[in-house]
Amino acid sequence: MATVQEHLQSLMGNRVVETAGSSLTRETWRRLRANRIAMVGGAVIVFFVLVAIFAPWLAPYDPRVNTWFDQIRPSSVPGPSREHWFGLDESGRDLLSRIIYGARTSLVIGIVSLAIGASIGAIFGVLAGAFGGWADSLVMRVTDVLLSVPSLLLALSVAAVIGQSQTAVMIAVAVPNIPLFARLLRSSMMAEREKDYVGAAVSVGIKRRPLVMSHILPNSLGPMIVQGTLALATAVIDAAALSFLGLGSADPGVPEWGRMLANAQRYLNVAPHLCLIPGFVIFITVLGFNLFGESLREALDPKLRR
Amino acid sequence: MFKFIVRRLLLLIPILLGLSFLLFIWVRALPGGPATALLGERATPERVAQVNAAYGFDKPVLEQYVKYLGRILRFEFGQSITLRKDVTDELLRRFPATVELAAAAMVFAVGLGIPLGFAAAKRERSWVDSTAIVASLAGVSIPVFFLAQILKWIFALKLNWFPTIGRLQPTRELEHVTNFNLIDSVIALDWGAWVDTVKHLILPGIALGTIPLAIVARITRASVLEVLNEDYVRTARAKGMSRRIVDRRHVLRNALLPIVTVVGLQTGLLLSGAVLTETVFAWGGIGQLLSGAVLDKDYPVIQGGVMFLAVVFVLVNLIVDVLYAVIDPRIRVR
Repeated sequence: MATVQEHLQSLMGNRVVETAGSSLTRETWRRLRANRIAMVGGAVIVFFVLVAIFAPWLAPYDPRVNTWFDQIRPSSVPGPSREHWFGLDESGRDLLSRIIYGARTSLVIGIVSLAIGASIGAIFGVLAGAFGGWADSLVMRVTDVLLSVPSLLLALSVAAVIGQSQTAVMIAVAVPNIPLFARLLRSSMMAEREKDYVGAAVSVGIKRRPLVMSHILPNSLGPMIVQGTLALATAVIDAAALSFLGLGSADPGVPEWGRMLANAQRYLNVAPHLCLIPGFVIFITVLGFNLFGESLREALDPKLRR
Repeated sequence: MFKFIVRRLLLLIPILLGLSFLLFIWVRALPGGPATALLGERATPERVAQVNAAYGFDKPVLEQYVKYLGRILRFEFGQSITLRKDVTDELLRRFPATVELAAAAMVFAVGLGIPLGFAAAKRERSWVDSTAIVASLAGVSIPVFFLAQILKWIFALKLNWFPTIGRLQPTRELEHVTNFNLIDSVIALDWGAWVDTVKHLILPGIALGTIPLAIVARITRASVLEVLNEDYVRTARAKGMSRRIVDRRHVLRNALLPIVTVVGLQTGLLLSGAVLTETVFAWGGIGQLLSGAVLDKDYPVIQGGVMFLAVVFVLVNLIVDVLYAVIDPRIRVR
């Protein structure tokens, strides 16, 4: 299976990238600046992060207060108006405020799950990539097992065991990331090990630990950054999927984009804005991360240079 | 070839062993232990003790694991807590629904994805190409459960072209021989039921097929681009073959290898990943069973379902690898 997947990865452009020094960083940045798609994606990300950080100042109302509950009927939920730009939700709360606070929920879940997934994955990756031998075989077999369960299924079973909470969502979203990061770092470290400078470092007597930590590892991180951006996209979408399935926070007052879509199902005919608004918000956010991540991959890859 | 397949089948053993080990630990890590998992959280202490004795949960862990492996090998996952039915029976009964949906999604993805990717590659760096790239990124960015709801809202609720949920109108009677409605309706010679099944398949098929569509289009573009630069394509053109024939005989045929693989891998994912689509369209397949089981903490179903789908996923991947080796003899050598 490995050969086929590697071949595919190289076709998809997921090549191991050569990174070195600040000149390439500058070069990458220059290429990103020139790429309109990257800038659009970057703008979406910045906007999303700012909204999440400044949610308390931006939100017109408290996202938990259902002052307008008397306006809700089973057959009608007030749509966008001057007082409520995005309308009300099915419990009589201001939808715009909930969307804004929902950005905060998504960002926190995204960052924490990425941090967990990437760091555990990196530890495994370094063990496999730096030592090879039985450590490598062990890591490969463990990741084989994790990769044999599709990610949403894996997340679902993790969440099922931990129970309904935001911590559960974070861990559930993080677990499928572990094998991806481990494999990626391993393969890029393997490629790096063959380089001349490693041979040179060995020949002047640098010990294994500093060799791995300050020579091979930093040079292998390029693909990790790309994968990290793309993993954030997956994290936002998977967290929404889990809360859509009812596995988010046990407190229904917590604003979660996925749960908004789940609740909207019953009102699809009478109040489509309940579905359309959170849906588009998730879509645009994920698209932003994907556009930026793909452009970053292109910019980091000398072979794909335009 | 035979040796290759045997070797790949042997590789399955550690994967499945590892997975069963994970699931084993999982259920034992639960607060209240495995008896609670089997009985539900409101079980009385007496019942818990009874079950512990009956299932041997009071025995040493290693002994338990061996017994547990034996049961998994015989595909016994016990009774569902909420449905009060045998988990394996239920999984097998629902599997055809999931397969039918995945097949519909793949037909949509391949039927549209290959022509799209091909067109994009032929006009590299034109507006067609950039549109295709952005569209395929949009395709993977749209949440399935959002797309499914939009489709349902527009085409089922507003326009009334398609049904909103299920696999067949409830009023229609169809004898379930295979549980594949497309096949059962042919067996029953019920043309109306067949059309009805297809109508029910269209919206969920599109919803589920959008991500594979984007991926198939992308890999087709990349693969065709690579082949277009090959010497034999230039030679074929140079000797004056028509563009159409070069495209079909030389370009597409050689570009097809990675496409076939991606289609296979995606099929494996779809068979196991239809949880969201099935939930929105109340499809009644394994995905819906699982999402319900997760909410109800129906651990026998979760355990059996995850194991079952993982086996399906791994087997489909194996078939893909074997197919790849059949098509491309170079792979076998390694």
